[in-house]
Amino acid sequence: MSGLEVVIGLEIHAELKTLSKMFCSCDASFGGEPNSRTCPVCLGLPGVLPVLNRKAVELATRLALALHCDIAPYSIFHRKNYFYPDMPKNFQISQYDLPLGIGGYLDLEMEEGRVRVGITRVHLEEDTGKTVHASESGRIHDSEYSLEDFNRAGVPLLEIVTEPDIRTPIQARMFMQELKSIMEHLEVSDCKMEEGSLRCDANVSLRPQGSPQLGVKAEVKNMNSFRALYRALDYEIMRQGDLLASGGEVVQETRHWDADSGVTTPLRTKEYAYDYRYFPEPDLVPLQLDLSFIDGVRAGLPELPSQRRSRLQEDLGLPEHDAGLLTSSKALADFFEAAVDAGAEPKAASNWMMGELSAHLNAHNIEISEVPITPAQLAAMIALIDKGVISGKIAKSVFEAMLASGNDAETIVKEKGITQISDEEELVRHIEEAIRENPASVEDYRKGKEKALGFLVGQVMRKTKGRANPQLVNELLRRSLEGEG
Amino acid sequence: MEALYAMKAWELQDMIDRGEVSVSEVLDAVLARLEQVENEVHSYITLTLDAARAAAAEADRARDGGKSPGAAAGIPMAIKDVLCTRGIRTTCGSRILEEYIPVYDATVLERLRHAGLVLVGKANMDEFAMGSSTENSAYGPTRNPWDLERVPGGSSGGSAAAVAAGEAIWALGSDTGGSIRQPASFCGLVGMKPTYGLVSRYGLVAFASSLDQVGPIARDVRDCALLLSLIAGHDRRDSTSLRLEPPDYLSAMQGDIRGLRVGMPRELMQEGLTPGVRKAMEDCLQKFEQLGAEVDEATLPNLDYALSAYYIIAPAEASSNLARFDGVRYGLRVEGAEDMMEMYGRTRAAGFGPEVKRRIMLGTYALSAGYYEAYYGQAQKVRTLIIRDFDAAYEKYDILVSPTTPTPAFALGEKVEDPLAMYLSDVCTIPVNLAGIPAISIPCGLEDGLPVGLQIMGKVLDETTVLRAARVMEEALAFREKPGSGKGVGA
Amino acid sequence: MIEPKDVEYVAWLARLDVSEEEKEKFTRQLGQVLEHAEKIKSLDTEDVDPTSHAIPLKNVMREDETGPCLSQEEALSGAPRTQGGYFVVPRII
Ligand SMILES: [Mg+2]
Ligand SMILES: [Zn+2]
Repeated sequence: MSGLEVVIGLEIHAELKTLSKMFCSCDASFGGEPNSRTCPVCLGLPGVLPVLNRKAVELATRLALALHCDIAPYSIFHRKNYFYPDMPKNFQISQYDLPLGIGGYLDLEMEEGRVRVGITRVHLEEDTGKTVHASESGRIHDSEYSLEDFNRAGVPLLEIVTEPDIRTPIQARMFMQELKSIMEHLEVSDCKMEEGSLRCDANVSLRPQGSPQLGVKAEVKNMNSFRALYRALDYEIMRQGDLLASGGEVVQETRHWDADSGVTTPLRTKEYAYDYRYFPEPDLVPLQLDLSFIDGVRAGLPELPSQRRSRLQEDLGLPEHDAGLLTSSKALADFFEAAVDAGAEPKAASNWMMGELSAHLNAHNIEISEVPITPAQLAAMIALIDKGVISGKIAKSVFEAMLASGNDAETIVKEKGITQISDEEELVRHIEEAIRENPASVEDYRKGKEKALGFLVGQVMRKTKGRANPQLVNELLRRSLEGEG
Repeated sequence: MEALYAMKAWELQDMIDRGEVSVSEVLDAVLARLEQVENEVHSYITLTLDAARAAAAEADRARDGGKSPGAAAGIPMAIKDVLCTRGIRTTCGSRILEEYIPVYDATVLERLRHAGLVLVGKANMDEFAMGSSTENSAYGPTRNPWDLERVPGGSSGGSAAAVAAGEAIWALGSDTGGSIRQPASFCGLVGMKPTYGLVSRYGLVAFASSLDQVGPIARDVRDCALLLSLIAGHDRRDSTSLRLEPPDYLSAMQGDIRGLRVGMPRELMQEGLTPGVRKAMEDCLQKFEQLGAEVDEATLPNLDYALSAYYIIAPAEASSNLARFDGVRYGLRVEGAEDMMEMYGRTRAAGFGPEVKRRIMLGTYALSAGYYEAYYGQAQKVRTLIIRDFDAAYEKYDILVSPTTPTPAFALGEKVEDPLAMYLSDVCTIPVNLAGIPAISIPCGLEDGLPVGLQIMGKVLDETTVLRAARVMEEALAFREKPGSGKGVGA
Repeated sequence: MIEPKDVEYVAWLARLDVSEEEKEKFTRQLGQVLEHAEKIKSLDTEDVDPTSHAIPLKNVMREDETGPCLSQEEALSGAPRTQGGYFVVPRII
């Protein structure tokens, strides 16, 4: 792979967070019994006509502005014609040569420095229905027949196309994370990859280092998590690199990422190339967004993740790493700030969130919105540590119990009787016992082996089932060892 | 007194209001006539007689209860089978929708139901409104009540024939390139295509979305205005619907035409006109002058390109609009296919007739890679030129007039195998759809016992002037002929 | 001019099976219509904008409000085949 440069461009589809669908008033939310959220319009019944959802236009403008795009003063919708059973009209209404937003960018703060990824276009279109392939394996090729559910058909979609500015799978993943966080902050999309409200395809090619020309690309589809995106790109780059190194050629094709086997495989090629026969949608009229509309949307833009990141560093003194991780998701950052507002020391709150809380979310594969505790409860727990009521170590088990039950730290501490022992008399009793039982360690300590002290502290902690105040034990232990000597 | 089934809607309404006749009696008269002639004429694809009787009885009960029935109550009506009717089969003249029952009503149907609609049935038509003779119906052709060996015109041929034969008092049609005006002309009736956007297209099964418009077919201009008032107006379900409150056309169209500036585009008086049509036009122009209008020859230089542009634009839009008929969610499916691709190909081959296939192919070709700019793109630019021509003409004239068709009704089978010849019969009506303007056809004479139509075209949204000129001319022309002599259906 | 292979390609795009006889007929008939349409190519339209809508409107939008949907039964009422609330179609390859 030496001497070759990786070139990646992304094409992202995000479902917009509207109440109703793009061109009809059906409920646009995820789920529902199959075909229970449809009407004549989104089922493409004969005679129906589309009427554009104002909110979808507003949300699209919001994102386009946040991505520094120019908003087209005049844009129209086209019909993209192709047959597929999940598409009720056998054409998709989509913006084609006059999209809503053009020419923006998104900056990524990477270890290698700032990477600017150009945004070619941001446009509006409608989603398709969902096909369920009925077969035992669930694979398309094996299925006897397929099932169609049109609940999703007509949900507003934003398509975001990047310039081929991405050079590594990590950058691609970072781009998606940042974009997701931006869309969350803008309240433009739910961005749930597992529910398909955020989807991403990638164009991957290799070229000689420094070459201005693009190599032959493969389009990789079906990457439905950040991890899948990373793995698929990593694989695809290897595949193309090996192919070129052995004197082969990359074929322009669409490839399917299979997470189970960890490879991309070509989708069956079509007999003919795609010929979408785009033409202006005669049932819709042009959009001519005036400056006051655009300025209004601009004025209403909330704080973006990058701004928030700086604020967390500057105002709350968080390290760059912490600020970056916390703002990778709006929910995470909101939780964090609420905990700080409730009195938690910022770095302590950040540590708990990036450590125990994140581990819990990962282990249970849940979102932060699904944990039963509030930011204020986290703050209260941190306060118990600060006051010396519990030790940092005990706090871990307390926090675990909080996440399991949703109870306050104080309640758990009381119930389990696990308050920290700071009573000197009681501690001295345990310390003397430990000294008596471990003469060898006492000897070692006196010979100057500091490590022996740690062992003795550990013994005291064991005797108190971890409830002893470790600083105090340390101090008292040293005092008794030295006092005796 | 004239038979009830042969009377105008406004005459019947007057009689019903005065209590001289009941709605049910009017309906019975129409149904008796239908019984007599439908076998020969074949105006309908689906009859809704029970529902019609129930609606009539309901209207009579309302009247007896002191309530005034709606403006459409008591007027048995035919609706072109391209408009969706909830719970009533809507075939569009196609095999592919043979058993299709819509779950919703077209907006115009909703409006008419509020006005007390008495629906006799769904009228025959060229499949998906593609044709000029109603011979392209999967359910067999409709015959012209004036001469059963001739076509009634199309694509709203069933609607026109039903009204001409006395099987309905008035009807709705749809007009994409002349499909209301041409059959109205062939059947000696008044037919109007309103300004694009005046009448909602919601529930009108689309042929060519940027050209389609629903409009009335009636026995005189007054009925036409009355029916237009019932269906016109803004509909928020149609993005191309104009936001305005239409006037009451009946009162707005009163007055004379003194000083009205009438232009006659010379491009529409060129070759292909039969002597009778030419003669009728000349008589019309004389009448206009006698009535105080100023008549002059006008020119619309780009009109020569209109037919070509239309036969690119309309099939292109149609090819996309008709893609939804695929055997997945509704309509015909040919079973036994191995996979989706085979199912699509076989279903659509079995479900569509030759003309529809021809236009789907033509439209798909015109939009396909490498041809878009040369065909569709260029046709849309031609459309701009044609609109400019009309704009320029309307600086000088209040209305433009022409024959509705170059010839009277042609014989059944005459043009079936020659699509180009069939397309040419719409040469006078097509420019109107491209420009989106309103136009009406009124009967203005006979040639060999067949009606000839005068087309009056107006400015955008100037239905009022079009109707006024039509009403004044109708009175002056005093066209009283009825089908029934000789080759037609007996009176 | 249009050839049988063009007709074949267009028929495939339109998902319309055509017989040999139809292929021959369509080649001829489409050729005729397109020949007639040739004349629009000669017009100089260099500075002319295309017209999609004869009556220009802009910014027609609806508010983001939900309304009633069809019942599942109504949605499926016209379907050739259904199963468990879904539309059933042959396999997709
Ligand atoms: Mg897309
Ligand atoms: Zn819907």
